[in-house]
Amino acid sequence: MKTDVLVIGAGAAGMGAAIAAAKRGLNVVIAERDEITGGILNQCIHNGFGLHYFREELTGPEYAERFREQLEKLSDRIKVFTDCHVLKLGEDRKALLVSPKGILELEAKAVVYTSGARERPFGSLMIPGDRPSGIFTAGVAQRLMNIDNRKVGHRALIVGSGDIGMIMARRLTLEGTEVVAVVERLPYPGGLLRNVIQCLKDFNIPLYLSSTVIEVKGRERLEEVVIANVDEQFKPIPGTERSFKVDTLILSVGLIPQVEMLDGLVQTDRRTKGVACSNIGQSSREWIFAAGNCTAIFDLVDYVTKEGERAGEYASRYAMGERFSQNVPISPGENVMLTFPNFYNAVDDLTLYVRCKKPMEKAMLKVGNFEKIFEDLIPSEMIVAKIPNQKLSGLDRIVVELKEV
Amino acid sequence: MEKIVCVLCPMGCKIKYNAVDGKIISLEGNRCPRGVSYLEDELREPKRIVPTSVRVINGEMPLVSVKTSKPIPRRLISQFMQTVKNVKVEAPVRVGDVIIKNVLETGADVIATRTVKRVNSA
Repeated sequence: MKTDVLVIGAGAAGMGAAIAAAKRGLNVVIAERDEITGGILNQCIHNGFGLHYFREELTGPEYAERFREQLEKLSDRIKVFTDCHVLKLGEDRKALLVSPKGILELEAKAVVYTSGARERPFGSLMIPGDRPSGIFTAGVAQRLMNIDNRKVGHRALIVGSGDIGMIMARRLTLEGTEVVAVVERLPYPGGLLRNVIQCLKDFNIPLYLSSTVIEVKGRERLEEVVIANVDEQFKPIPGTERSFKVDTLILSVGLIPQVEMLDGLVQTDRRTKGVACSNIGQSSREWIFAAGNCTAIFDLVDYVTKEGERAGEYASRYAMGERFSQNVPISPGENVMLTFPNFYNAVDDLTLYVRCKKPMEKAMLKVGNFEKIFEDLIPSEMIVAKIPNQKLSGLDRIVVELKEV
Repeated sequence: MEKIVCVLCPMGCKIKYNAVDGKIISLEGNRCPRGVSYLEDELREPKRIVPTSVRVINGEMPLVSVKTSKPIPRRLISQFMQTVKNVKVEAPVRVGDVIIKNVLETGADVIATRTVKRVNSA
Protein backbone atom coordinates (compact mmCIF):
# COMPACT_ATOMS: atom_id res chain seq x y z
CA MET A 1 0.00 0.00 0.00
CA LYS A 2 1.13 3.56 -0.68
CA THR A 3 0.39 6.85 1.02
CA ASP A 4 1.65 10.42 0.92
CA VAL A 5 2.40 10.84 4.63
CA LEU A 6 2.78 8.20 7.31
CA VAL A 7 2.40 9.47 10.88
CA ILE A 8 3.79 7.17 13.58
CA GLY A 9 1.93 7.75 16.85
CA ALA A 10 -1.50 9.30 17.45
CA GLY A 11 -0.86 11.43 20.52
CA ALA A 12 -1.00 15.20 20.54
CA ALA A 13 1.83 15.62 18.02
CA GLY A 14 0.68 12.84 15.70
CA MET A 15 -2.94 13.99 15.57
CA GLY A 16 -1.81 17.56 14.90
CA ALA A 17 0.52 16.38 12.12
CA ALA A 18 -2.09 14.16 10.45
CA ILE A 19 -4.76 16.89 10.48
CA ALA A 20 -2.33 19.48 9.09
CA ALA A 21 -1.30 17.13 6.26
CA ALA A 22 -4.87 16.15 5.39
CA LYS A 23 -5.92 19.80 5.31
CA ARG A 24 -3.36 20.32 2.54
CA GLY A 25 -5.17 17.62 0.58
CA LEU A 26 -2.77 14.75 1.10
CA ASN A 27 -3.52 11.14 1.99
CA VAL A 28 -2.37 10.21 5.46
CA VAL A 29 -1.99 6.98 7.38
CA ILE A 30 -1.65 7.29 11.14
CA ALA A 31 -0.36 4.26 13.03
CA GLU A 32 -1.05 4.03 16.79
CA ARG A 33 -0.10 1.12 19.01
CA ASP A 34 -2.81 1.80 21.63
CA GLU A 35 -6.45 0.88 21.07
CA ILE A 36 -7.56 4.50 20.74
CA THR A 37 -6.03 7.75 19.56
CA GLY A 38 -4.97 10.45 22.02
CA GLY A 39 -1.85 8.95 23.53
CA ILE A 40 -1.02 9.76 27.13
CA LEU A 41 -3.68 12.53 27.15
CA ASN A 42 -6.28 9.83 27.77
CA GLN A 43 -4.91 9.03 31.21
CA CYS A 44 -4.20 12.66 32.18
CA ILE A 45 -7.69 13.32 33.58
CA HIS A 46 -6.56 16.50 35.39
CA ASN A 47 -7.17 19.95 33.95
CA GLY A 48 -4.54 22.33 32.63
CA PHE A 49 -4.49 21.55 28.92
CA GLY A 50 -5.38 23.71 25.96
CA LEU A 51 -4.99 27.18 27.40
CA HIS A 52 -2.69 28.36 24.63
CA TYR A 53 -4.31 26.40 21.82
CA PHE A 54 -8.02 26.71 22.62
CA ARG A 55 -7.87 29.61 25.11
CA GLU A 56 -9.77 27.51 27.59
CA GLU A 57 -8.74 25.00 30.16
CA LEU A 58 -9.46 21.36 29.40
CA THR A 59 -8.64 17.96 30.84
CA GLY A 60 -6.43 15.56 28.85
CA PRO A 61 -9.32 13.42 27.55
CA GLU A 62 -11.27 16.54 26.47
CA TYR A 63 -8.21 17.90 24.66
CA ALA A 64 -7.68 14.58 22.89
CA GLU A 65 -11.34 14.29 21.95
CA ARG A 66 -11.34 17.62 20.09
CA PHE A 67 -8.58 16.36 17.80
CA ARG A 68 -10.13 12.90 17.52
CA GLU A 69 -13.29 14.56 16.17
CA GLN A 70 -11.23 16.35 13.52
CA LEU A 71 -9.55 13.08 12.52
CA GLU A 72 -13.02 11.62 12.01
CA LYS A 73 -14.17 14.60 9.94
CA LEU A 74 -11.16 14.12 7.67
CA SER A 75 -11.62 10.35 7.47
CA ASP A 76 -11.74 10.36 3.68
CA ARG A 77 -8.08 11.36 3.69
CA ILE A 78 -6.80 10.10 7.06
CA LYS A 79 -6.73 6.36 7.70
CA VAL A 80 -6.32 5.63 11.40
CA PHE A 81 -4.77 2.26 12.24
CA THR A 82 -5.03 1.58 15.98
CA ASP A 83 -3.66 -1.47 17.82
CA CYS A 84 -0.95 -1.18 15.20
CA HIS A 85 2.80 -1.44 15.74
CA VAL A 86 5.35 -0.16 13.27
CA LEU A 87 7.89 -2.96 13.37
CA LYS A 88 10.41 -1.39 11.09
CA LEU A 89 11.06 1.72 9.04
CA GLY A 90 13.57 1.26 6.24
CA GLU A 91 15.82 3.55 4.26
CA ASP A 92 13.59 2.77 1.27
CA ARG A 93 10.70 4.68 2.99
CA LYS A 94 8.84 1.42 3.51
CA ALA A 95 7.28 0.70 6.91
CA LEU A 96 6.22 -2.69 8.20
CA LEU A 97 2.97 -2.39 10.14
CA VAL A 98 1.58 -5.20 12.26
CA SER A 99 -1.84 -5.39 13.88
CA PRO A 100 -4.40 -8.09 14.72
CA LYS A 101 -5.59 -7.70 11.12
CA GLY A 102 -2.21 -8.83 9.80
CA ILE A 103 0.96 -7.41 8.34
CA LEU A 104 1.04 -4.50 5.93
CA GLU A 105 3.91 -2.99 3.99
CA LEU A 106 3.35 0.72 3.53
CA GLU A 107 5.36 3.02 1.32
CA ALA A 108 5.26 6.74 2.18
CA LYS A 109 6.65 9.83 0.51
CA ALA A 110 7.29 11.40 3.91
CA VAL A 111 7.10 10.22 7.51
CA VAL A 112 6.23 12.18 10.64
CA TYR A 113 7.60 10.42 13.69
CA THR A 114 5.70 11.31 16.88
CA SER A 115 6.41 8.46 19.26
CA GLY A 116 6.54 10.52 22.47
CA ALA A 117 8.70 9.60 25.44
CA ARG A 118 9.33 6.84 27.95
CA GLU A 119 9.56 7.26 31.70
CA ARG A 120 12.96 6.90 33.27
CA PRO A 121 12.79 3.49 34.94
CA PHE A 122 13.57 2.46 38.53
CA GLY A 123 16.59 0.43 37.41
CA SER A 124 18.36 3.53 36.14
CA LEU A 125 18.34 5.20 39.58
CA MET A 126 20.79 2.74 41.15
CA ILE A 127 19.00 2.81 44.53
CA PRO A 128 20.44 0.20 46.93
CA GLY A 129 18.18 -2.33 48.63
CA ASP A 130 15.51 -4.84 47.73
CA ARG A 131 13.40 -5.16 44.60
CA PRO A 132 9.92 -5.93 45.92
CA SER A 133 6.59 -5.23 44.24
CA GLY A 134 4.92 -1.90 44.89
CA ILE A 135 7.26 0.27 42.85
CA PHE A 136 5.65 2.10 39.92
CA THR A 137 6.50 4.87 37.55
CA ALA A 138 4.03 7.75 37.83
CA GLY A 139 2.61 7.15 34.37
CA VAL A 140 1.96 3.49 35.02
CA ALA A 141 0.26 4.32 38.33
CA GLN A 142 -1.77 6.95 36.49
CA ARG A 143 -2.91 4.49 33.86
CA LEU A 144 -3.82 1.87 36.47
CA MET A 145 -5.93 4.37 38.41
CA ASN A 146 -7.48 6.46 35.66
CA ILE A 147 -8.06 3.91 32.91
CA ASP A 148 -8.15 0.49 34.58
CA ASN A 149 -9.77 1.52 37.90
CA ARG A 150 -7.10 -0.09 40.10
CA LYS A 151 -5.75 1.22 43.39
CA VAL A 152 -1.97 0.96 43.50
CA GLY A 153 -1.45 0.85 47.29
CA HIS A 154 -2.33 2.24 50.73
CA ARG A 155 0.64 4.39 51.74
CA ALA A 156 2.90 5.91 49.14
CA LEU A 157 6.07 7.94 48.82
CA ILE A 158 6.74 9.84 45.61
CA VAL A 159 10.18 10.49 44.17
CA GLY A 160 10.44 13.57 41.97
CA SER A 161 8.49 16.83 42.20
CA GLY A 162 7.88 17.37 38.50
CA ASP A 163 4.31 18.08 37.48
CA ILE A 164 3.50 14.42 36.99
CA GLY A 165 4.77 13.52 40.47
CA MET A 166 2.78 16.28 42.15
CA ILE A 167 -0.38 15.58 40.16
CA MET A 168 -0.13 11.92 41.15
CA ALA A 169 0.29 12.96 44.79
CA ARG A 170 -3.11 14.68 44.60
CA ARG A 171 -4.70 11.87 42.60
CA LEU A 172 -3.56 9.18 45.05
CA THR A 173 -4.75 11.27 47.99
CA LEU A 174 -8.18 11.84 46.45
CA GLU A 175 -8.55 8.10 45.86
CA GLY A 176 -7.68 7.22 49.44
CA THR A 177 -3.98 6.37 49.22
CA GLU A 178 -2.05 8.25 51.88
CA VAL A 179 0.92 10.10 50.40
CA VAL A 180 3.54 10.49 53.15
CA ALA A 181 6.04 12.57 51.19
CA VAL A 182 7.25 13.89 47.88
CA VAL A 183 11.04 13.77 47.69
CA GLU A 184 13.04 16.07 45.39
CA ARG A 185 16.80 15.97 44.82
CA LEU A 186 17.01 19.62 43.73
CA PRO A 187 16.74 22.55 46.17
CA TYR A 188 13.56 23.76 44.40
CA PRO A 189 10.40 22.02 43.17
CA GLY A 190 10.66 20.43 39.73
CA GLY A 191 7.23 21.44 38.43
CA LEU A 192 4.92 24.42 38.18
CA LEU A 193 4.22 26.45 41.32
CA ARG A 194 0.48 26.06 40.76
CA ASN A 195 0.92 22.33 41.26
CA VAL A 196 2.94 22.82 44.44
CA ILE A 197 -0.13 24.67 45.75
CA GLN A 198 -3.10 22.74 44.41
CA CYS A 199 -1.53 19.28 44.58
CA LEU A 200 0.68 19.38 47.69
CA LYS A 201 -0.15 22.35 49.96
CA ASP A 202 -3.92 21.88 49.58
CA PHE A 203 -3.57 18.33 50.94
CA ASN A 204 -0.75 18.98 53.45
CA ILE A 205 1.62 16.64 51.63
CA PRO A 206 5.20 17.32 52.76
CA LEU A 207 7.77 18.16 50.08
CA TYR A 208 11.36 17.27 51.02
CA LEU A 209 13.78 19.29 48.89
CA SER A 210 17.48 18.46 48.50
CA SER A 211 16.59 14.88 49.44
CA THR A 212 16.80 11.49 47.82
CA VAL A 213 15.85 7.86 48.37
CA ILE A 214 18.85 5.90 49.62
CA GLU A 215 17.32 2.49 50.27
CA VAL A 216 14.20 0.44 49.58
CA LYS A 217 13.29 -2.48 51.84
CA GLY A 218 10.71 -5.23 51.51
CA ARG A 219 10.33 -8.95 50.87
CA GLU A 220 7.28 -9.60 48.71
CA ARG A 221 5.82 -6.12 48.83
CA LEU A 222 7.58 -2.84 49.56
CA GLU A 223 7.70 -2.19 53.33
CA GLU A 224 10.02 0.73 53.94
CA VAL A 225 11.78 3.55 52.11
CA VAL A 226 14.72 5.47 53.56
CA ILE A 227 15.48 9.00 52.42
CA ALA A 228 18.33 11.37 53.26
CA ASN A 229 19.34 14.96 52.57
CA VAL A 230 21.87 15.49 49.79
CA ASP A 231 24.74 17.93 49.39
CA GLU A 232 25.36 20.06 46.31
CA GLN A 233 26.82 17.08 44.45
CA PHE A 234 23.62 15.11 45.26
CA LYS A 235 25.59 12.88 47.66
CA PRO A 236 23.55 11.70 50.70
CA ILE A 237 24.60 13.37 53.96
CA PRO A 238 25.20 10.78 56.71
CA GLY A 239 23.07 11.25 59.80
CA THR A 240 20.13 12.81 57.92
CA GLU A 241 18.35 9.52 57.19
CA ARG A 242 14.61 9.35 57.68
CA SER A 243 12.50 6.21 57.27
CA PHE A 244 8.93 5.80 56.00
CA LYS A 245 6.80 2.69 56.28
CA VAL A 246 5.10 2.58 52.89
CA ASP A 247 3.83 -0.12 50.54
CA THR A 248 4.13 1.98 47.41
CA LEU A 249 6.89 3.98 45.77
CA ILE A 250 6.01 6.19 42.81
CA LEU A 251 8.76 7.44 40.53
CA SER A 252 8.44 10.66 38.62
CA VAL A 253 12.03 11.19 37.67
CA GLY A 254 11.97 12.30 34.10
CA LEU A 255 11.04 11.41 30.57
CA ILE A 256 13.34 10.21 27.82
CA PRO A 257 12.46 10.75 24.15
CA GLN A 258 11.65 7.49 22.45
CA VAL A 259 13.84 7.22 19.36
CA GLU A 260 14.74 3.54 18.99
CA MET A 261 12.78 2.98 15.80
CA LEU A 262 14.89 5.58 14.03
CA ASP A 263 18.24 4.12 15.18
CA GLY A 264 20.70 4.43 12.34
CA LEU A 265 18.25 6.49 10.27
CA VAL A 266 18.54 9.94 11.88
CA GLN A 267 20.81 11.93 14.17
CA THR A 268 19.80 12.50 17.78
CA ASP A 269 20.75 15.49 19.91
CA ARG A 270 23.24 14.94 22.72
CA ARG A 271 21.38 17.16 25.20
CA THR A 272 17.69 16.54 24.49
CA LYS A 273 18.39 12.86 23.64
CA GLY A 274 15.63 13.27 21.08
CA VAL A 275 15.51 13.30 17.28
CA ALA A 276 17.56 16.30 16.14
CA CYS A 277 15.24 18.57 14.14
CA SER A 278 15.03 21.93 12.47
CA ASN A 279 12.30 24.50 13.15
CA ILE A 280 10.18 22.84 10.45
CA GLY A 281 10.47 19.45 12.14
CA GLN A 282 12.83 18.00 9.55
CA SER A 283 15.37 15.46 10.80
CA SER A 284 18.81 14.72 9.36
CA ARG A 285 17.13 12.34 6.91
CA GLU A 286 15.21 14.69 4.68
CA TRP A 287 12.00 12.62 4.34
CA ILE A 288 11.68 11.98 8.09
CA PHE A 289 10.04 14.71 10.17
CA ALA A 290 9.52 14.49 13.93
CA ALA A 291 7.60 16.37 16.59
CA GLY A 292 6.62 16.30 20.24
CA ASN A 293 8.29 14.55 23.14
CA CYS A 294 10.39 12.29 20.88
CA THR A 295 12.36 15.42 19.92
CA ALA A 296 12.58 17.20 23.30
CA ILE A 297 10.47 17.06 26.46
CA PHE A 298 7.89 19.86 26.35
CA ASP A 299 6.12 21.55 29.26
CA LEU A 300 2.71 21.92 27.67
CA VAL A 301 0.77 19.75 25.27
CA ASP A 302 -0.26 22.93 23.43
CA TYR A 303 3.34 23.34 22.24
CA VAL A 304 3.43 19.70 21.17
CA THR A 305 0.31 20.16 19.04
CA LYS A 306 1.82 23.25 17.38
CA GLU A 307 5.06 21.42 16.64
CA GLY A 308 3.08 18.46 15.29
CA GLU A 309 1.08 20.71 12.98
CA ARG A 310 4.23 22.36 11.70
CA ALA A 311 5.94 19.01 11.05
CA GLY A 312 2.79 17.78 9.31
CA GLU A 313 2.67 20.84 7.08
CA TYR A 314 6.32 20.63 6.01
CA ALA A 315 6.18 16.84 5.60
CA SER A 316 3.27 17.43 3.20
CA ARG A 317 5.18 20.07 1.28
CA TYR A 318 8.11 17.65 1.06
CA ALA A 319 5.78 14.88 -0.14
CA MET A 320 4.54 17.25 -2.86
CA GLY A 321 8.08 17.80 -4.10
CA GLU A 322 9.30 20.89 -2.27
CA ARG A 323 12.89 20.75 -0.97
CA PHE A 324 14.31 22.73 1.95
CA SER A 325 17.73 24.34 1.92
CA GLN A 326 20.66 24.43 4.29
CA ASN A 327 20.12 24.40 8.08
CA VAL A 328 21.90 26.59 10.63
CA PRO A 329 22.87 24.82 13.87
CA ILE A 330 21.46 26.19 17.13
CA SER A 331 23.38 25.62 20.34
CA PRO A 332 22.91 26.56 24.00
CA GLY A 333 25.20 29.23 25.44
CA GLU A 334 25.43 31.03 28.78
CA ASN A 335 22.90 29.87 31.46
CA VAL A 336 21.06 27.68 28.97
CA MET A 337 20.58 23.99 29.73
CA LEU A 338 18.92 23.07 26.47
CA THR A 339 17.26 24.50 23.43
CA PHE A 340 14.90 23.21 20.79
CA PRO A 341 14.89 23.04 17.77
CA ASN A 342 18.45 21.97 17.00
CA PHE A 343 18.64 23.61 13.56
CA TYR A 344 17.15 26.66 11.90
CA ASN A 345 15.78 26.74 8.38
CA ALA A 346 14.97 30.19 7.02
CA VAL A 347 11.83 28.94 5.24
CA ASP A 348 9.88 29.69 8.45
CA ASP A 349 10.15 31.80 11.59
CA LEU A 350 11.84 30.26 14.60
CA THR A 351 9.75 29.20 17.57
CA LEU A 352 12.46 28.64 20.13
CA TYR A 353 12.07 26.62 23.33
CA VAL A 354 14.65 27.19 26.06
CA ARG A 355 15.32 25.71 29.48
CA CYS A 356 17.55 27.74 31.78
CA LYS A 357 20.31 26.15 33.86
CA LYS A 358 19.37 27.68 37.23
CA PRO A 359 16.57 29.77 38.73
CA MET A 360 16.96 33.46 37.76
CA GLU A 361 14.91 36.50 38.75
CA LYS A 362 15.33 38.35 35.49
CA ALA A 363 17.25 37.48 32.35
CA MET A 364 17.71 38.70 28.79
CA LEU A 365 17.30 36.09 26.08
CA LYS A 366 19.75 36.82 23.26
CA VAL A 367 19.50 35.02 19.92
CA GLY A 368 21.14 36.65 16.92
CA ASN A 369 19.73 40.19 16.81
CA PHE A 370 16.77 39.21 18.97
CA GLU A 371 16.57 40.27 22.62
CA LYS A 372 13.77 39.80 25.11
CA ILE A 373 13.55 40.00 28.88
CA PHE A 374 12.00 37.18 30.90
CA GLU A 375 11.24 37.17 34.63
CA ASP A 376 11.07 34.47 37.32
CA LEU A 377 12.88 31.79 35.34
CA ILE A 378 13.16 28.25 36.64
CA PRO A 379 14.58 25.26 34.75
CA SER A 380 11.25 23.40 34.91
CA GLU A 381 9.37 26.15 33.07
CA MET A 382 10.20 26.38 29.39
CA ILE A 383 10.74 29.79 27.88
CA VAL A 384 9.10 30.14 24.47
CA ALA A 385 10.09 32.89 22.05
CA LYS A 386 8.88 33.50 18.52
CA ILE A 387 11.79 34.93 16.57
CA PRO A 388 11.16 36.49 13.15
CA ASN A 389 13.31 35.56 10.18
CA GLN A 390 14.97 38.96 9.76
CA LYS A 391 16.51 38.78 13.26
CA LEU A 392 18.45 35.69 12.20
CA SER A 393 19.47 36.41 8.63
CA GLY A 394 23.09 35.90 7.67
CA LEU A 395 24.02 33.81 10.70
CA ASP A 396 25.91 30.58 10.11
CA ARG A 397 25.61 29.53 13.72
CA ILE A 398 23.00 30.49 16.33
CA VAL A 399 23.89 30.60 20.02
CA VAL A 400 21.12 30.98 22.60
CA GLU A 401 22.11 32.91 25.71
CA LEU A 402 20.42 34.07 28.91
CA LYS A 403 22.17 37.02 30.51
CA GLU A 404 21.18 37.89 34.06
CA VAL A 405 20.00 41.52 34.33
CA MET B 1 2.86 43.25 49.79
CA GLU B 2 1.74 39.64 50.02
CA LYS B 3 2.46 37.18 47.21
CA ILE B 4 0.22 34.44 45.87
CA VAL B 5 0.32 32.14 42.82
CA CYS B 6 -2.89 31.86 40.86
CA VAL B 7 -3.65 28.19 40.15
CA LEU B 8 -6.52 28.68 37.71
CA CYS B 9 -4.39 27.98 34.66
CA PRO B 10 -0.85 26.89 33.77
CA MET B 11 0.28 30.51 33.35
CA GLY B 12 0.63 30.49 37.14
CA CYS B 13 0.62 34.29 37.52
CA LYS B 14 2.43 35.53 40.60
CA ILE B 15 0.06 38.07 42.09
CA LYS B 16 1.29 40.69 44.55
CA TYR B 17 -1.39 42.30 46.66
CA ASN B 18 -2.28 44.31 49.73
CA ALA B 19 -5.37 43.36 51.70
CA VAL B 20 -6.96 44.62 54.88
CA ASP B 21 -9.50 42.42 56.67
CA GLY B 22 -9.87 40.23 53.60
CA LYS B 23 -10.51 43.18 51.32
CA ILE B 24 -8.12 43.78 48.43
CA ILE B 25 -6.61 47.27 48.47
CA SER B 26 -4.26 46.82 45.51
CA LEU B 27 -2.91 44.06 43.32
CA GLU B 28 -0.54 43.50 40.40
CA GLY B 29 0.87 40.65 38.34
CA ASN B 30 -2.35 38.99 37.19
CA ARG B 31 -2.47 38.63 33.44
CA CYS B 32 -6.24 38.19 33.29
CA PRO B 33 -9.32 39.20 35.33
CA ARG B 34 -9.72 35.67 36.67
CA GLY B 35 -6.72 36.38 38.90
CA VAL B 36 -8.81 38.94 40.80
CA SER B 37 -11.64 36.51 41.55
CA TYR B 38 -9.09 33.83 42.42
CA LEU B 39 -7.50 36.13 44.98
CA GLU B 40 -10.91 37.13 46.38
CA ASP B 41 -11.79 33.45 46.79
CA GLU B 42 -8.42 32.63 48.37
CA LEU B 43 -8.95 35.33 51.00
CA ARG B 44 -12.52 34.25 51.75
CA GLU B 45 -13.01 30.61 50.76
CA PRO B 46 -10.41 28.79 48.61
CA LYS B 47 -12.01 26.92 45.72
CA ARG B 48 -10.73 24.32 43.28
CA ILE B 49 -11.86 22.50 40.17
CA VAL B 50 -11.73 18.80 41.03
CA PRO B 51 -10.97 16.30 38.28
CA THR B 52 -11.65 12.64 39.03
CA SER B 53 -13.56 9.70 37.55
CA VAL B 54 -16.84 7.84 37.94
CA ARG B 55 -17.77 4.19 37.40
CA VAL B 56 -19.47 3.28 34.12
CA ILE B 57 -21.78 0.32 33.60
CA ASN B 58 -21.71 -1.44 30.22
CA GLY B 59 -19.04 0.91 28.93
CA GLU B 60 -16.02 0.13 26.76
CA MET B 61 -13.94 1.13 29.78
CA PRO B 62 -14.65 0.90 33.53
CA LEU B 63 -14.39 4.63 34.23
CA VAL B 64 -15.45 7.92 32.75
CA SER B 65 -13.30 10.90 33.66
CA VAL B 66 -15.19 13.88 35.10
CA LYS B 67 -14.59 17.34 36.53
CA THR B 68 -16.55 19.97 38.40
CA SER B 69 -17.93 22.56 35.99
CA LYS B 70 -16.49 25.30 38.19
CA PRO B 71 -14.35 25.51 41.30
CA ILE B 72 -15.93 24.16 44.50
CA PRO B 73 -14.92 25.03 48.09
CA ARG B 74 -11.70 23.25 48.99
CA ARG B 75 -13.09 22.16 52.37
CA LEU B 76 -15.74 20.08 50.57
CA ILE B 77 -13.27 18.06 48.47
CA SER B 78 -13.22 14.92 50.61
CA GLN B 79 -17.01 14.96 50.94
CA PHE B 80 -17.16 15.45 47.17
CA MET B 81 -14.96 12.39 46.60
CA GLN B 82 -17.22 10.27 48.85
CA THR B 83 -20.26 11.39 46.83
CA VAL B 84 -18.62 10.65 43.49
CA LYS B 85 -17.40 7.24 44.66
CA ASN B 86 -20.98 6.04 45.09
CA VAL B 87 -22.17 7.16 41.66
CA LYS B 88 -22.44 4.83 38.68
CA VAL B 89 -23.57 5.84 35.23
CA GLU B 90 -24.89 3.75 32.39
CA ALA B 91 -23.02 3.94 29.08
CA PRO B 92 -23.06 5.58 26.61
CA VAL B 93 -21.69 8.81 28.09
CA ARG B 94 -20.85 11.82 25.94
CA VAL B 95 -18.20 14.40 26.75
CA GLY B 96 -19.98 17.32 28.48
CA ASP B 97 -22.84 15.18 29.88
CA VAL B 98 -23.95 16.22 33.36
CA ILE B 99 -23.33 13.30 35.71
CA ILE B 100 -24.40 15.02 38.97
CA LYS B 101 -26.31 18.29 39.00
CA ASN B 102 -25.45 20.96 41.59
CA VAL B 103 -23.16 18.67 43.52
CA LEU B 104 -23.30 19.26 47.32
CA GLU B 105 -25.34 22.42 46.63
CA THR B 106 -22.20 24.16 45.34
CA GLY B 107 -23.78 25.36 42.12
CA ALA B 108 -21.24 23.26 40.20
CA ASP B 109 -22.19 20.23 38.13
CA VAL B 110 -20.08 17.12 37.69
CA ILE B 111 -19.56 16.75 33.95
CA ALA B 112 -18.04 13.99 31.83
CA THR B 113 -14.71 14.84 30.21
CA ARG B 114 -14.66 11.84 27.88
CA THR B 115 -16.97 9.88 25.65
CA VAL B 116 -17.48 6.26 26.68
CA LYS B 117 -19.32 4.09 24.18
CA ARG B 118 -21.60 1.28 25.21
CA VAL B 119 -20.66 -2.35 24.83
CA ASN B 120 -23.47 -4.85 24.80
CA SER B 121 -23.34 -6.89 27.97
CA ALA B 122 -23.49 -10.60 27.36
